Amino acid sequence: MTTLAIHNGRVIDPALGRDGIADVVIVDGRIARVGPNEGDMVVEAERIDATGLIVTPGFVDLHTHLREPGQEHKETIASGTLAAARGGYTTVCAMPNTQPPLDSRAAVESVLREAEISAVVRVLPIGTITRGRAGKELSPAGELANAGVVALSDDGDAVADPSLMRHALEYSTRFGLPIAQHCEDPSLVAGGHMHEGWVATRLGLRGRPASAEETFVARDIALAELAGAHLHICHVSTAGSVALIAAARARGAHVTAEVTPHHLTLTHEEVAFGADYQSARYITNAKVNPPLREEADLEALAIALRDGVIDCIATDHAPHSVADKEIEFDLASPGLTMLETSFGLCMKLVHDGRVPLPTLIERLTIGPVRAWGLDRRPGLEGIGTLAPGALGDVALLDPNADWTVDPSTFASRGRNTPLGGRELRGRVVATIFGGRLVHETDRVVAL
Amino acid sequence: MTAEVARTPQSTVETPEWNHQHILDLDDFSVAEIETVLSLADRMREVLDRRIPRVPALRGYTVVNLFFEPSTRTRASFELAGKVLGADVLSVTASTSSVTKGESLIDTVRTLRAMRTDAIVMRHSMSGAPYLAAAHTEASIINAGDGSHAHPTQALLDLYTMRSRIGDLRGKRVVMVGDISHSRVARSDMWGLAAMGADVVVCGPPTLLPRGLRAGDRPAHAESAMPPVTVETDIDRALDGADVVMALRLQSERQDGGLLPSLHEYAQLYQVTQERLKRAKPNHLLMHPGPKNEGVEIAGTVAAGRNSIIEEQVTNGVAVRMALLYLLSGRTEAPGGVPGGEMRS
Repeated sequence: MTTLAIHNGRVIDPALGRDGIADVVIVDGRIARVGPNEGDMVVEAERIDATGLIVTPGFVDLHTHLREPGQEHKETIASGTLAAARGGYTTVCAMPNTQPPLDSRAAVESVLREAEISAVVRVLPIGTITRGRAGKELSPAGELANAGVVALSDDGDAVADPSLMRHALEYSTRFGLPIAQHCEDPSLVAGGHMHEGWVATRLGLRGRPASAEETFVARDIALAELAGAHLHICHVSTAGSVALIAAARARGAHVTAEVTPHHLTLTHEEVAFGADYQSARYITNAKVNPPLREEADLEALAIALRDGVIDCIATDHAPHSVADKEIEFDLASPGLTMLETSFGLCMKLVHDGRVPLPTLIERLTIGPVRAWGLDRRPGLEGIGTLAPGALGDVALLDPNADWTVDPSTFASRGRNTPLGGRELRGRVVATIFGGRLVHETDRVVAL
Repeated sequence: MTAEVARTPQSTVETPEWNHQHILDLDDFSVAEIETVLSLADRMREVLDRRIPRVPALRGYTVVNLFFEPSTRTRASFELAGKVLGADVLSVTASTSSVTKGESLIDTVRTLRAMRTDAIVMRHSMSGAPYLAAAHTEASIINAGDGSHAHPTQALLDLYTMRSRIGDLRGKRVVMVGDISHSRVARSDMWGLAAMGADVVVCGPPTLLPRGLRAGDRPAHAESAMPPVTVETDIDRALDGADVVMALRLQSERQDGGLLPSLHEYAQLYQVTQERLKRAKPNHLLMHPGPKNEGVEIAGTVAAGRNSIIEEQVTNGVAVRMALLYLLSGRTEAPGGVPGGEMRS
């Protein structure tokens, strides 16, 4: 029997409505007891002093690109899950735009096998909606469901054909799998490389208008209601999308949504100006799809996150090599490395008084779990909570620690972040997965 | 030149205001720096107009024209500018297809630098490509047009040409008509003209006007992040009282891209014609960055008319590019501030 006792932290467990100083005791990889002085009751234990820290369930990311198989120069399951652990994440859902894409039992099983060997935290695979992500015919959803995928997505691209999308939604209901759509109309974003607005005009870059996302959000909500299916909107980025999602949910449609740390906190001005607002440049590390938007969008997204119109934060962690980014802007690969900066970046909303800390924790833990019903899956009971019997996944956080982002120290192979050199307030101090420390900083004090 | 400019001679070559290793766009040029270029261009124009236009001011200086997009006039203009000053000029036509990856662009400029190239004049179909090049070489990068973004040397020659004709540009109404969305000339001209105090009007069909030009389309903190311009979709209103009218090239692809119903309709609504120019000031200047599509964005009679200074733009282009190459070279040794003055023929 191995016991880990986390003493005297402020335990925030939104699923159970707990917020107060308590000890967390993990026995044999599962939560045993949570309560004041519970740690003192156990005799032989490894002990961590969490005084002054926040103790929460491990974070759950519904949107991670691990790149393996096929693009191991960008990331591997080993490096990506270590990055996850550094970011407080104990569960990541792996997007299927690998090479080959995860559109068959064999491909999904290869990821699960590799995760078994090299993953630092839990990997839940996502299957493709269409075969080869080609947008032409449906992937074998039944086979994928049996192999263990938790959702279907062609992320990186939208399923553009409305009939095919309708059928994908209808067919998914047989297996209870959410269809996670990357909402951007390919025709409206063709040739576009950043948000359509004044910055794109200044840089002479063709834009991807907000309406390219909103028309697909509206269309896919209508199709999901027709199909009676579960539609999950990936990386919501515009105020218009938020309004459409809010209206759909008010009608009772089964629509869930995620937002990324970067879409919540960075605008399209990052592309040209970075942090310092000097003369214009072309910052490929701020290139992402959907693109970084405008101040008004950020505001609407923060309110939607606070109010629960958006269920959760997802990182869309998208590591790329230097060669993918040190290139003409039009040719640069879209995406940001995000797992290791997610919490610090999101904490900006808390420090600015726009989202209460317990709400933020909810959106990083039980929020994503409920959005996809992950806790109904065998072996995942209690995930995203610190309920007795739940998985021993815990994050220790210092919400007020200042640190400077240094991409060269990332566990991820991706260095593609516009945040290099920037100071963030809020840090993951330690991560515990299945009762084992998988990430710790010098702030962790053993007792 | 026909008209002389009343300009204070304070910005001389001896103490030039100049702070650039590269010329990427005019958005980072101060008024003083623009003045430096324009007054040096005056001297260069004088050199160019000599019976034997050759001075050794840039002897031993190597300029490579690196063109990823076809160009006749800009390339020839830079080539001649370099040669007049005695520089070694080499033109490389790189096919864009061989440069599908950025390492190739970075490799190419590094390779050219390794051969001791001093300046690389670059034309590229993708916006921002010269910025990438500039970040990876010691050589001076001169942007000779990148995508829809910028064409700073064209803007400087436009300013020079306007100034040589009408002097102070403050309060002058300068109207650009055409495909503003895809025009790198319009973008750079906006910066230059705004810096010199002109009232800039851009005019085109709504499908060819980019978003964010109107001040109300930007947040307050970004007000000065774009040059102030007036946006018009009605050419007659735009031309009203114009001091300078610039027609921009309309590419036929815009029709195929669904941005315009037809070139015919475009010509009917937006062609700069003699009739429409009656609304401009009688002594207005008519300009075009070339190459022209006569009968589409500009009537042939207008292009060849008495207000047209299109050919003068071309001649001045060589002088302005001579000035820029000279400034980038950092050379100041020529006596009397006139480069190669000792070679006066």
